[in-house]
Amino acid sequence: MANKFFVSPSPHIHSPQSTRKIMGDVIIALLPALCVSTVLYGWHVLSITAIAVASCMLFEYLIQKFMIKGPLTVFNLSAAVTGILLAFNLPAGIPFWIVIIGAFVAIAVGKMTFGGLGKNPFNPALVGRVFLLLSYPAQMTDFSSVKPIMSGYVDVFSGATPLAAAKYAEGFNYSSADSLLRMLCGAVSGSFGEVAALALLLGFVYLLWQKVITWHIPVSVLGTMALFGFVVALTRGGDSSLLWSFPLFHLLAGGAILGAVYMATDYSTSPMTHCGMIVYGIGIGIITMCIRLWGAYPEGMSFAILIMNSTVPLINKYIKPKRFGVK
Amino acid sequence: MNSTLLFTVLTLVVVGVVAAILLWFVARMFKVEEDPRIDVVEKMLPGANCGGCGYAGCRAMAEALVLHDDISDLYCPVGGGDTMKSVADYLGKAAPEKEPCTATVRCGGICAKRAHTNNYDGAASCAVASSLYVGETGCAFGCLGYGDCVTACAFDAIKVNPETGLAEVDAEKCTACGACVKACPKGLIELRKKWPKGRAVYVSCRSKDKGAVVMKACKAGCIGCGKCVKACAFEAITLENNLAYIDSTKCRLCRKCVNECPTGAITLKGMEPLPKEPKEPKAAAQTNAQ
Amino acid sequence: MKTFPIGGVHPSDEKRWSRESAIEVMPLPAMVSIPLGQHIGAPATAVVAKGDRVLTGQLIAEASGFMSANIHSPVSGTVKAVEALPNAQGLRQPMIVIERDGDEWAEGIDLSPELKKECTLTSAEIIEKIKAAGIVGMGGATFPTHVKLSVPPGKKAEFLIINGVECEPYLTSDYRTMMEHGDRLMAGVKILMQALQVDKALIGVENNKPDAIAHLRGIAAEYEGIKVVPLKTRYPQGGEKQLIAALTGRQVPPPPALPIDVGAVVCNASTTVAVYEAVQKNKPLIERVVTVTGKNIASPKNLLTRMGTPVSSLIEAAGGLPEGDVKVLNGGPMMGRAMVNLDSPVTKGCSGITVISGAEAQRVCENECIKCAKCVSVCPMGLEPYLLSKLSKRKAWDLAESGHITDCIECGSCQYTCPAGLPLLDYVRLGKQTVMGIIRARAAAKK
Repeated sequence: MANKFFVSPSPHIHSPQSTRKIMGDVIIALLPALCVSTVLYGWHVLSITAIAVASCMLFEYLIQKFMIKGPLTVFNLSAAVTGILLAFNLPAGIPFWIVIIGAFVAIAVGKMTFGGLGKNPFNPALVGRVFLLLSYPAQMTDFSSVKPIMSGYVDVFSGATPLAAAKYAEGFNYSSADSLLRMLCGAVSGSFGEVAALALLLGFVYLLWQKVITWHIPVSVLGTMALFGFVVALTRGGDSSLLWSFPLFHLLAGGAILGAVYMATDYSTSPMTHCGMIVYGIGIGIITMCIRLWGAYPEGMSFAILIMNSTVPLINKYIKPKRFGVK
Repeated sequence: MNSTLLFTVLTLVVVGVVAAILLWFVARMFKVEEDPRIDVVEKMLPGANCGGCGYAGCRAMAEALVLHDDISDLYCPVGGGDTMKSVADYLGKAAPEKEPCTATVRCGGICAKRAHTNNYDGAASCAVASSLYVGETGCAFGCLGYGDCVTACAFDAIKVNPETGLAEVDAEKCTACGACVKACPKGLIELRKKWPKGRAVYVSCRSKDKGAVVMKACKAGCIGCGKCVKACAFEAITLENNLAYIDSTKCRLCRKCVNECPTGAITLKGMEPLPKEPKEPKAAAQTNAQ
Repeated sequence: MKTFPIGGVHPSDEKRWSRESAIEVMPLPAMVSIPLGQHIGAPATAVVAKGDRVLTGQLIAEASGFMSANIHSPVSGTVKAVEALPNAQGLRQPMIVIERDGDEWAEGIDLSPELKKECTLTSAEIIEKIKAAGIVGMGGATFPTHVKLSVPPGKKAEFLIINGVECEPYLTSDYRTMMEHGDRLMAGVKILMQALQVDKALIGVENNKPDAIAHLRGIAAEYEGIKVVPLKTRYPQGGEKQLIAALTGRQVPPPPALPIDVGAVVCNASTTVAVYEAVQKNKPLIERVVTVTGKNIASPKNLLTRMGTPVSSLIEAAGGLPEGDVKVLNGGPMMGRAMVNLDSPVTKGCSGITVISGAEAQRVCENECIKCAKCVSVCPMGLEPYLLSKLSKRKAWDLAESGHITDCIECGSCQYTCPAGLPLLDYVRLGKQTVMGIIRARAAAKK
């Protein structure tokens, strides 16, 4: 007989989803922000991203080939996503060797020590980023060595980040329409991937459309931050325009959108149920705002996500999906 | 400077002392009285925590050994007779005795003798496949080869041979804990008496189908012809549901049955088969006697 | 538009292959083999022996208990054997083999095509007739219909729900039945309403069959209390619990609760037509519509087939198997069972033969779980398939039980959607079976 018969339990068809397609979608979603950053900060951005992606993939390949000796998962593109996200969290003028160290920590320590994709408790890109932030604080917060394409804005790009300015500068004006608009477009100083708020939101819409992520985590993180900002603005009193501009400033500043949409939603380090996702998102929002307002660092997104990552097993244990037929 | 140093040292000392006192009280308060012999017995056991004795682990087994007056029902298959004897000596109880056994996979349907009719594409688990359908071959009783027994074995003693497609036991490593016996959904694995030098004679088939059906599915199956039953001088072989079974406690490894079997379903291990010649007159004599 | 409350997936419905093919009568086979266990519950007991002559529609095996069903001869001929033969899964199962000599019907069966709407029987008489005709759920679950209709004391049926959803991709047998035998279906609904003594019946049809909705609405206008409800297309809407929730908003509590606990009785559309035939025409369940379909099947068909006809002859009638890799399914691709023995017979629960061919015949390759939580969000029962699957794999039956593994309806949405291609349902199903065994053993030990 010319036929080869296959037998398996049901179901016998499969959705077109695959790990690789999901990771590819995340990369596509990040492309607009990468384009905007390249336009704003120059070609250097592309080289840093390329180095981060290449070294992440290389480290994963080497570890799987020579240490774990498991199946090679490097082609499912998850390491590439980690690389892009790590790069997005670096200042545009960072030396290349620091990028490689960051990629090594992200993949070797943050991911492969736990067994690879799906088993890591902490977001690998953030592990890399926080490691670099603590080890090379000077280089990681030095935004002055960028060579922006729009030469007229050199001061803007090489100055303090909006959050640092708000934290350390006296009498910071939150409700300046010009500065909020520039933050929306990304014409501010900061890690190169986090500044292009509008482009990042475009990617968010793509991810929602492709059903890669659900709205629960990003909306709860950003919603909590906005609400928190609103309450703080209320207690500070003063100008009524602060009531809307202060929360808006915090949503646009720093890595809020990048963190909420792309980092907090990392599958293996976020909860499994929608309800759990909301709890997790609220936690991230509160911790981020606390660090930003009262902590030692101007930016708190990375730490907040890593802290909430550690609560995910607990959330998964206690927050269960709603069972059919049970009130 | 000096006073800072002094205070630091003092504080540390005070904290240390307070903590020590606290710990001492807590240890006193929550102390669990336990028979110290349990610890000793536990150390004597192999520590594999395989569950072969029927208890959750070696600790639970040690407790049972110490607490029960009569330990004749308790047996550690891994440690075997020596371990049980030393434990019994220590506790001053009568040692339970059991003959050493080894796990035996009773299927001889190697790929060459059992044609594949389809390709299984589900989860690599014998339990899943066997609850779904007959299997990749026409035999509903044979080894599926997805290795549920391999996963169950804590001693790395059972492997699926990719050439034959069958699970094979390494008698050296097998401790007869029985984990694979429970794991096999086809009930192919039996703990059989362990002879020296890996010798064994057993029916490597579990098919209860009629002879014709067996022959169609597998060239190495037991067709229930009953020739072996007649050949056995020790009444060790029984025939039930078209299937012969050799009782390993009665079998003396005389090997007469091996040559009788028309399909080679009786497996002989660790020994040379009897020479073919003397079989003929004997078989003839038997037919004459009938 | 209405649908069920949680989870669900949207596989491509693939009904286009066979939806336009009108029901054709399959030629009678020379030899039929009738399994004694074609339903959930105890297999029937054969009442004929080798050498007996039987007529079409004659009782050949009797229900062996309350939870069992009668079986009738689909042809007239001589009983050749009552023996164990391989079923679709290659496992031996007792069957009655009949060699056909013609199609001579037993007495008392009305073969006239006229529609007979009026029914003056009492509830008990209707149920008795359904039981005698050996009717079981024809959607695939094969639950004996008379058991469903016998409402236990203390409980009351409020609705009759007719399942015209056919949410399985590819299958069109219910659709064709609704389109071509809508009048009989409605008469059947009325009879079932009379049997249950309810005045409300809801027919759920998914909106990928707008013509069926319009057609049935036209006929339903002649009757009182029957409402055709369009539902948003979503798998597994045809699951009993999902359908009740979609139509009435009521959720059946977890097992051992049954639909009757929320006042609903669900019956499949084809089964309802069979009920009409049984009650009004005394015709036992000996034939059914079987969809033979697949992307590479030359002429997909909906065939009115006698039970016991070999599946291979149906595939031949539809143009034969395509070359190369194939997977032949008894049922649809989401819940159907893969077959190894194509000579096995069509049975009461066989709504279709789906042939999956080419690259789709093999599953996608398995990767590591990436904890994407898609399985959790698509589970229509609100379970955590990734966790239950892992627990079953590790044989942690107690944890699987406390994770409500027995709630699983085995719809396969989790495995369908898993981007890592994990065999989630394979293990969950195994765990469910094992845990149910443990629960039964525990209950037996208590007694």
